[in-house]
Amino acid sequence: MAKEIETVCITTGPTEVGDYVTLNIGPIHPAMHGTLRVITKTDGETIISAKPEIGYLHRGVEKLGENLTYSQFLPITDRLNYCSAICNNVAYEMAVEKLLGIEVPPKAQLIRMIMMELARIADHEVCVGILGVDLGALTPFFYLIIQREEIYEIFEWHHGARLTNSMGAIGGVEADLPDRFHEKWPRMRDSIRKANDDTDKLLTHNRIWMDRTVGVNAFCGDDALNWGFTGPMLRACGVKRDLRKNEPYLLYDKVDFDIPAGKHGDVFDRYMVRMLEMEQSVKIIDQAYAMYKELPEDAPLMKKVPKILRPPAGQIYHAIESPNGELGFFIRSDGSDKPYRIKIRPPCYMVYQAFDDLVKGEMISDLIACLSSLNVIAGELDR
Amino acid sequence: MADWQIELIKVVFIWAWALIIAVVMTWVERRASAMMQDRLGPNRAGPFGLLQPLADGIKLFTKEDIIPERARKILFVLGPPLFALPAFSAYAVIPFGDKIVIGGKEIILQVSDVNIGFLFILALSAIAVYGLVIGGWASNSKYSILGGLRATAQLISYEVPMGLALLTIVLLDGTFSLREIVLQQQGTFLGFLPNWGFFKQPLGFIIFLVAAYAEANRVPFDLPECESELVTGYHTEYGSMRLGLYLFGEYVNLVTLSAITVCLFFGGWSLPYVDMSKFLGPVSYGIASFFVFFFKQAFFLFLFVWVRWTVPRFRYDQLMGLGWKALIPLGLVNLFITALLVQLTT
Repeated sequence: MAKEIETVCITTGPTEVGDYVTLNIGPIHPAMHGTLRVITKTDGETIISAKPEIGYLHRGVEKLGENLTYSQFLPITDRLNYCSAICNNVAYEMAVEKLLGIEVPPKAQLIRMIMMELARIADHEVCVGILGVDLGALTPFFYLIIQREEIYEIFEWHHGARLTNSMGAIGGVEADLPDRFHEKWPRMRDSIRKANDDTDKLLTHNRIWMDRTVGVNAFCGDDALNWGFTGPMLRACGVKRDLRKNEPYLLYDKVDFDIPAGKHGDVFDRYMVRMLEMEQSVKIIDQAYAMYKELPEDAPLMKKVPKILRPPAGQIYHAIESPNGELGFFIRSDGSDKPYRIKIRPPCYMVYQAFDDLVKGEMISDLIACLSSLNVIAGELDR
Repeated sequence: MADWQIELIKVVFIWAWALIIAVVMTWVERRASAMMQDRLGPNRAGPFGLLQPLADGIKLFTKEDIIPERARKILFVLGPPLFALPAFSAYAVIPFGDKIVIGGKEIILQVSDVNIGFLFILALSAIAVYGLVIGGWASNSKYSILGGLRATAQLISYEVPMGLALLTIVLLDGTFSLREIVLQQQGTFLGFLPNWGFFKQPLGFIIFLVAAYAEANRVPFDLPECESELVTGYHTEYGSMRLGLYLFGEYVNLVTLSAITVCLFFGGWSLPYVDMSKFLGPVSYGIASFFVFFFKQAFFLFLFVWVRWTVPRFRYDQLMGLGWKALIPLGLVNLFITALLVQLTT
């Protein structure tokens, strides 16, 4: 960090309210990604309070799950965080597999890891790119979004879809890595790094960028933990918690990677954490790919599971580290072919509820920067 | 030809010329930004998409003209022309070439050589901001008002340093007339450097350039517009050609600002080390001086585009901080030193 700033725990005491203007930002507003809405009270441009409206995009995803069989619910999970649908798919599949008590073959686990890390890179690229756009730097966005296209191409080769992937199935993955992946990956690794470097050169040490991000809505680790922050938001506050390390799943305990963490929890730290995480993801993919290469070519991809799944009665919670943080699925089964209850723990929800505390006392421009750096995805937030 | 006819031709020519550059600039902006961002940009309308501005113009003219019900109608209508026209008018005092001799008549390539050309430009640029503020106020929308407020805050932050930077040039050259200033920048000083304002006033140039970017309302200072925060700021409620006038006025503003930069700091139509009038005929000299001026201007126009697509934007209090805490003190120190030097050397 180039500039030392004092980390201040945000106080939630009463604010002196005089004349204020109610400014309704969203749901139709260029900086509200998806259909978010914030009702702000502003004094000039200073924000007195910002009440996020949660539930605008509520589609009853959890209720839908109660009327669909376990396999039928999988495509619905695509619509949670649509920037990295694969992570939702795998999180759901793993929760059901845990409920069924089955172990997925190692080859499928490695393919899942590779695809999830690619999805993480894609998600972070969008988040960092949009943060730049919202702060007026449009050019890095294009450098990053081109890389995302390349990643989507791989998804398309593997399971046919680009955005709503519905990758894999309960019990494994449906297809092996596509042949073209083997020649594409070494080139792509370099181009992802190149795009990140270009973005880094354009933004990180740019005086204006630092003015706009360093110290802007700084948040301390204790507050973040109390609000239930996870993922890059929490790590930016200096708490090194990453489910891939703390509660390893798949084969994450066999790969070597670091957890980048910030210090002040400001917009700059969130940006840096995401930038560094992309680098770590590339490292993970490399290692997972090397492990994949060691497996025999005809290793199984799927565990044999019955056509209609009837997990034993009971309940399970399983969480993975999605690009935004802890994404958990709670499933209660009554022994029938449909879940009795599905509850999703989206990472954005915990972050977005603290929005008022995050932006109080700052300016409208900072609110926009804050929102972009949180990477709140409406589909995941409102479910 | 009578004098008034020549004057009329000059007025029409400069109006058309500024218009053409501004129109082409909208195309350059989109193609150049595409080049920087690994894209193609508009390339369907005409060769290389050159007819794209025309297509945009037709679209804007044929759109329905909507005035919001609660808007203050007279002011709402007044806003866009008030923004676009001063930029054109400022072009009247800019010497866009030396002189041309046609039919034994010497014609100065400038609409009018006002002896306070300088102050005229500053006054007009201040009036243009009223176009933004009035547009933002009359729309009766919160985003527009915030945009208008930011325009006001921005105006008082950059006009002062800009004035201070320009004063140093006045001190050095002892005149307010732009033609006089250009004439004084010919030749060299210290034996090798061109006698340009840029070499004599590097600090003044930087202050002026920063202020010019703020005046042009472009990234990093596009705060009144600021499409990610204020939707589109002061012109959120505008549509059809009224919106077009705002967008277009911005480009005319760029053309004028880069012309002023060339006049004050880069020797106008003159080339360094070479006196073109010595070996060119009277007609070809006039044309050559015109194009020398244009190419210098084109460089600064491109610089505007280049900067816009490279850096993020400031927050408006940061812009005010930059204006009041950095540029004004620097400008004052620069002015003081210049005044001292002028006093000591004359």
